[in-house]
Amino acid sequence: MSAISVHNVSKSYGEILALNNLSFSIEDGELFGLIGPDGAGKSTLFRILTTLLIADKGEAYVAGHHVVDDYKSIRQKVGYMPGRFSLYQDLSVEENLSFFATIFRTTIEENYHLVKDIYVQLEPFKTRPAGKLSGGMKQKLALCCALIHKPEVLFLDEPTTGVDAVSRVEFWDMLKSLKEKGIAILVSTPYMDEASLCDRIALIQDGNILKIDKPQHMIRDFDKPLFAVTTSETYKVLKFLRNAQFTASALPFGSSIHLTTSFPVKPSEIKHYVERTGIPVDDVSPVEATIEDVFLELSNKKTI
Amino acid sequence: MKILGFIIQKEFIQIIRNRALLPMMTLLPIIQLIILSNAASNEVKNVNLVIVEKDYSESSRLLIRKINANDRISIVKTTFNSKDAFDHLQANKADIVLEIPSDFEKDYRRGEQPKLQMLVNAINGQQSTVGSGYLKNIISSFNLELIEEVAPLTSGSQLTISSRNWYNPEINYPHFMAPGILAELTALLTIVLSAMNVVREREIGTIEQINVTPIKKWQFIVGKLVPFLCIGMVLLTVGLIASKLIFDIPIRGNIGLIFFYAIFNLIAVLGLGLLISNFADTQQQAIFVAFFFVIIFVLMCGLFTPIDSMPKWAQKLTIPNPLAHFISVSRKVLMKGSGFWDIRWEFIYTIILAVVFNTLAIWSYRKRI
Repeated sequence: MSAISVHNVSKSYGEILALNNLSFSIEDGELFGLIGPDGAGKSTLFRILTTLLIADKGEAYVAGHHVVDDYKSIRQKVGYMPGRFSLYQDLSVEENLSFFATIFRTTIEENYHLVKDIYVQLEPFKTRPAGKLSGGMKQKLALCCALIHKPEVLFLDEPTTGVDAVSRVEFWDMLKSLKEKGIAILVSTPYMDEASLCDRIALIQDGNILKIDKPQHMIRDFDKPLFAVTTSETYKVLKFLRNAQFTASALPFGSSIHLTTSFPVKPSEIKHYVERTGIPVDDVSPVEATIEDVFLELSNKKTI
Repeated sequence: MKILGFIIQKEFIQIIRNRALLPMMTLLPIIQLIILSNAASNEVKNVNLVIVEKDYSESSRLLIRKINANDRISIVKTTFNSKDAFDHLQANKADIVLEIPSDFEKDYRRGEQPKLQMLVNAINGQQSTVGSGYLKNIISSFNLELIEEVAPLTSGSQLTISSRNWYNPEINYPHFMAPGILAELTALLTIVLSAMNVVREREIGTIEQINVTPIKKWQFIVGKLVPFLCIGMVLLTVGLIASKLIFDIPIRGNIGLIFFYAIFNLIAVLGLGLLISNFADTQQQAIFVAFFFVIIFVLMCGLFTPIDSMPKWAQKLTIPNPLAHFISVSRKVLMKGSGFWDIRWEFIYTIILAVVFNTLAIWSYRKRI
């Protein structure tokens, strides 16, 4: 039985199509990532699956229960961490945790083993109001509160947005150890670099799923030659490369340009080719594809 | 039950942690109670009078002396020029102009009926009605004395009316106002606090987390209601003590009856507040809608305008106004010493309102977005 299964789900807000005919499923104990930019429809999907929102079309099941007909059972069995910090800021760390434990008819002691690894980090601040915690600590507390009733499925909506790099790494380590305890986790993130930490990912844009696969497979299947071009004149080079005959795509990527070619070309040839026009190029070197390249490639294909 | 207990406990912790809220809930209402009970009075203490004296006779002087003796009327000016007097009226310096015509005494002695003219500045309705009432009283008693003097034989068969004010013999306004204002403040504070509450959870986002839990709708609403009910009762207690100490208001009836009634009334008011809160997206919206009701409730609760003098349709409108019932009960019990049977209708209406508002509040609270 799948932890989550979604069949042809669509949802519109007035004219705007937020989700367009989505289908996928997540197995028990799987860490599944929903990767996409802001406004892709990630939060809408979370709200449908956590029974807060009703889809216009399609069916969805969470932990074996229908999200509309049997929403009460789902609320007993899932943990949800909304994209926005949603704990009581004026209650202390400990009070928040015991409040959420109680409303699920359990106690902190009963499920302490689940949250222990995370809670030990929070313990020194347990009398501090939740609103006065740092961003990373807030997210850890929110995760504890979502876990304290031993959910079968965990929904984490952008848990690492606005969290520092060190805390992000720690957070993903925690998710891995939770996964090993058999909890299915659906996590969304706008950060492409976090995608490789998931078992499987779905790339989502404008309410459409572009691709679902293991992140390693996605990278492996990226078969075009890829180069990183660094230059001080990014915009000019980008414009020039887009018109070059060997170019498949040229997209800005951080401070450099990622260039894919439709046939094998030597990096020195590319450098030479650009420099002939008088625009300086610092370096051209072949690089390993990342999920971001895959995403840009797919979304580019779609817009063309 | 245990879940409900925890929700209530959580609300209490949040209220106590909110440092600004506690003094606001206790101190401000008492200040309002003191100020409003003293200031919001219908009593007319000073009427400014201008007299146009055209007679200059002994009788007219006697009348003026009598008027002057009344400490609620102050004679701003005595003139013989009508226009001058009218200017005073125009400039709002006089409330009433009394004109004593020439030949006032002569006509009177002759047995004709001389006419005194009274021009009343009716911009301030209260001031003018009450003021002219004072003046008419003085003039008619002056008239009696004059009749006795002129025709002593006919005075034997005069009809006299003596009246006495029951329940508040000295027409002490704070006695009359304080119980009403107390009821008003208790109800208003709770309606505003409750209207702000659910919407605050929506604004902060905590409601999204709560909605994905097995908390039942009624548990959530009752959990919100109980702490505010307690606050309302504390406020009522503090207010009653303050009114007793400061204004020495009479407590003729059973004070327990007021508290018992207040429970139902507060539940009704809180239900309305939570209902407002369910429909508002922001605290700003909630406060505006709450004010809409608050103003109607206050102006139509019988505190400032007697319900009996409202048009029929408006009188009907006071039935769904919980404040009107609360004020009626607190006045009846405190000042008249009424028992349960005398306020049964207030009880019945309030319980109906409580059931209706709270059912709607639970029904309209949606755990979906």
